This record gives sequence, structure tokens and C-alpha cells, in this order.
Amino acid sequence: MAKKVGMEVTEAIGEAVKLANADVVAAYPITPQSHIAEHLAELVADGELDATYIPVESEHSAMSACLGSSAVGARTFTATSGQGLELMHEVVYVASSMRLPIVMAVCNRALSAPLSVWGDHSDAMAVRDTGWIQIFVENGQETVDNVLCAFRIGEDPRVVLPVMIHLDGFHLSHMIEPVVFPEQSEVDKFIPPYKHPLPLNPDKPVSMGCFGAPFIYSEAKKAQEVNLEASKEVILECWKAFGDAFGRHYHPVESYHSEGAKVLLLTMGSYSETAMAAIDKMRSEGRDVGLLRLRLWRPFPFEEFRRAVRDAEVLIVLDRALSFGGPGGPVCSEIRAALYNEDKRPKVVGFVGGLGGRHITVDGFEYVVDRGIEISQKGSDNEFETFGVRE
Amino acid sequence: MAKTKAKTADELTWKDLNIGSIVTEPGNASQLRTGDWRSQKPIFDLSKCTKCGLCYVYCPEGCIEETAEGYFEPDMFYCKGCGICATECPRDVVTMVEEKEV
Repeated sequence: MAKKVGMEVTEAIGEAVKLANADVVAAYPITPQSHIAEHLAELVADGELDATYIPVESEHSAMSACLGSSAVGARTFTATSGQGLELMHEVVYVASSMRLPIVMAVCNRALSAPLSVWGDHSDAMAVRDTGWIQIFVENGQETVDNVLCAFRIGEDPRVVLPVMIHLDGFHLSHMIEPVVFPEQSEVDKFIPPYKHPLPLNPDKPVSMGCFGAPFIYSEAKKAQEVNLEASKEVILECWKAFGDAFGRHYHPVESYHSEGAKVLLLTMGSYSETAMAAIDKMRSEGRDVGLLRLRLWRPFPFEEFRRAVRDAEVLIVLDRALSFGGPGGPVCSEIRAALYNEDKRPKVVGFVGGLGGRHITVDGFEYVVDRGIEISQKGSDNEFETFGVRE
Repeated sequence: MAKTKAKTADELTWKDLNIGSIVTEPGNASQLRTGDWRSQKPIFDLSKCTKCGLCYVYCPEGCIEETAEGYFEPDMFYCKGCGICATECPRDVVTMVEEKEV
């Protein structure tokens, strides 16, 4: 019988990777991810996880080492944050383009300068287009569950793609959360052995990451896009199987009192839990407000998203990242684009907030909703508004 | 990158590619017509050639080969028209002329 334990989420990720029986971990410690790298190093050193731990000299090397290990058919895990994700950036593209199902936990962190170790989604949005499956989680249990699902989804022969699990730095990574771990036998059953269809193998040599001249590059990218789009079906299937096995259910777009609500707030990551408290408060006051939380970021769940907002009149999007000189938050821009050609669509109002670890309280979310409704009626001089900034 | 040999490389569709564009056939870079990159082509005046083979040695593409008569000729499927053979030839055998037709 699985039991509930209290554990820091970074440590719980290490335990999940151990349960998934990873073969190789290559990681470079960086705040706020460090405890993941440290705990996995301990598990390997103590013989609790039979894996090779590669203590690399940088994140660029971490992801490069992961390419090699995943390519030979080893179950591979890494983790990083903020600047570390930026340093490994070019190799992040290579992992998805070469179809290597590495699992990476990203403790989302703001980007320099000024130097910030605290959380926001700037690092996540900078890797938006890298071709990885990307899932946002909100609490410790969701993190553990989705790390396990990530191995099964990514390694599925119909997918064979890397998966990123985004969790908020500090606000989630350093919380001590109640977590139920499945039994080892259950996890063994849930995640089949990893078998790359065309691995590096001296007996049957292949070349990976070859030169792609103009006559073939477009075809390579089209194949990659079709593959990532098609992975949604497997993601849904995996979450269904996970729900059936463990009783916790995950969806591309999570809803909270959103059915039929005229005003919807949309958030991602751990701040969604505070937003839920704000929704509870507003609903107790008789207000017709609901919440959507975008869990599956890539592939973008167009169908589920459009269905979730079809009855709403106002959709207020809170981004925790800023696209400088552009239309505001990257999530809001994508949502506007996804709805533009719909005959019936809510007015979309964008906010950027929670940058660099700035808290947004229940009162803050209430303000965002109130101000969002006001903008939807009267308009605003700005493409978006920044929440909580001192004027 | 081909799963099948029925098509030439530039006839492949995205569905023909192996997962991750992995290449299972060694040496298939030889199918790449780098001659397409050429804007100038070398013309060899063999009446001046002493068969020294310096063009063969210096060709960065490795596409100059010795003929049965002992002269040297570039394979125009691969020749990128860099002109190094023309520069290095001590007898001015090689002249670079503008490539007019692809």
C-alpha cells in the first residue's frame, strides 16, 4: 500500500527518477534545481539507484551527455533551471530533433539581469519552440506523477521525444509537500522498458544528427512537427492509464469552476493554487468566475482549449514571462492566436506578473480579475498590463 | 536518410525519413551533389599538364582523380569550384571560368 510522506519536491523528483529506474543521470547543479542533482547523486552513490551519474562541467555538457546516453537506449534524466537552461539551449533542440526521449525537470527561474534565482516562466518560454513535450505542474504530487508519466510518454514507440516537466522554482521546488509514491512494482508495470527504434549500436551502425542540406531539411522539420502533434494522443492515453492505475487524473487544460463561467482566468504552474483560492472567495460572493490551468504547453492543446473557453465572455491570462517589445506574455499571445479565427470567442485580456519570484496573493488574483473585466469593457491604452509593478 | 532506395535523395518526402532523420546507410553523403554550389568551374588544358598531381593533392573536396593516361580530372558532380587547383597548378593548366548553366 502506497503511503503519503512529507518531502521537499526536489527530493521527491529524485525518488520518482529512482522509481522510474533511470540508467543515466547527467546534471549540473544550479539554484533552485540543485537538490535534484544532489539527491540523485546520493541515490547513485549509496547504491539505491543502479545508474551512471555523470558529474558534468556545465549544463551544455549535461544535455550533450544525455544525448549520448539516450541514443544508446539508456533511460536518461536531467534537471536544470533558468541560466542553466539557457546555457544548454542549443543542445535542447538537438534532443528533440534527434528523437531522444530524455526527461528533464526544469525548476522555473527568472533570467538575468538583474540576477535572480527566484521563479518565473522566462526560462520555460525561451525553450518554447525547442520541440520538446512540455508539461506544467502545480504541486508536489503532480510533479512526481508527471515525472513518471514523462518517461512513459517520451519513450513510447509512437512518440520517442524528450519531455520537460516545468515546476516553479522555490514556490514549488523547495516546498515540503505531501506526496504519495506508487510501489516499485506498480511503476515497473506502468513504465515499459525503453527501446529506441534505431539506437547507436556497434553491431548495426547508424549516424545521428547528420548534415541536412536544403533539399531535405524542410522534410526533417515537417516530420518532427507531425510527430510532436501526434504525441498528444499518447499523452492523453498515458494520463488516462495513470488515472486508472493510481486514481489521480491529469488533463491538457485543467478546469476549476470554469464550466459555464462568463469570466475565466488562465494561469500556469503553482500560482494556479493561489488563483483557485481567489476563485473560491469570489464564487462565495456570488461571482461568475472560473479558472483554467494550462498543463500541456507543447503540443498546444488547441481542441481542449477552445472547448474550455467557448462559453466565456472574458478570458484573463496571467503570464509569468515577458516578451519584450512584443504583445506582452507569450501564453496570452498564443491564446489570442488560437481564438482569432473562432466565430464565437471571449475577449482576451493579458497580464504579466509574478516576475522574478514576486508573490501574487489571493487579493492579487482578485484584482487581476476585476481589472481584467474592466479592460474588457472599457479597453486599455496598453497591449497588456503588468500586475503589481510600482509606478 | 532514405528508408527506401527507390527514390533519389531529393525526391524523399517527410514520410520517407527515418525517425530523427537517422542515417542507416553508411557513406550516403556521396549522394550529395556539391557541384550545385559552384559558380565557377575549372577548365583543364592538358597540353600543358606534367602529371605532377598537385591539383589532386590540394583539392579540398577530394574530387580530382587520376585518369588511365595519368592526367588529372575533377568529378564535376562534387567540384564546388573553389579554384584551389587553379591557384596551385605550377603550369597554369587550370583556368576558372564562370559557370553559366546549372
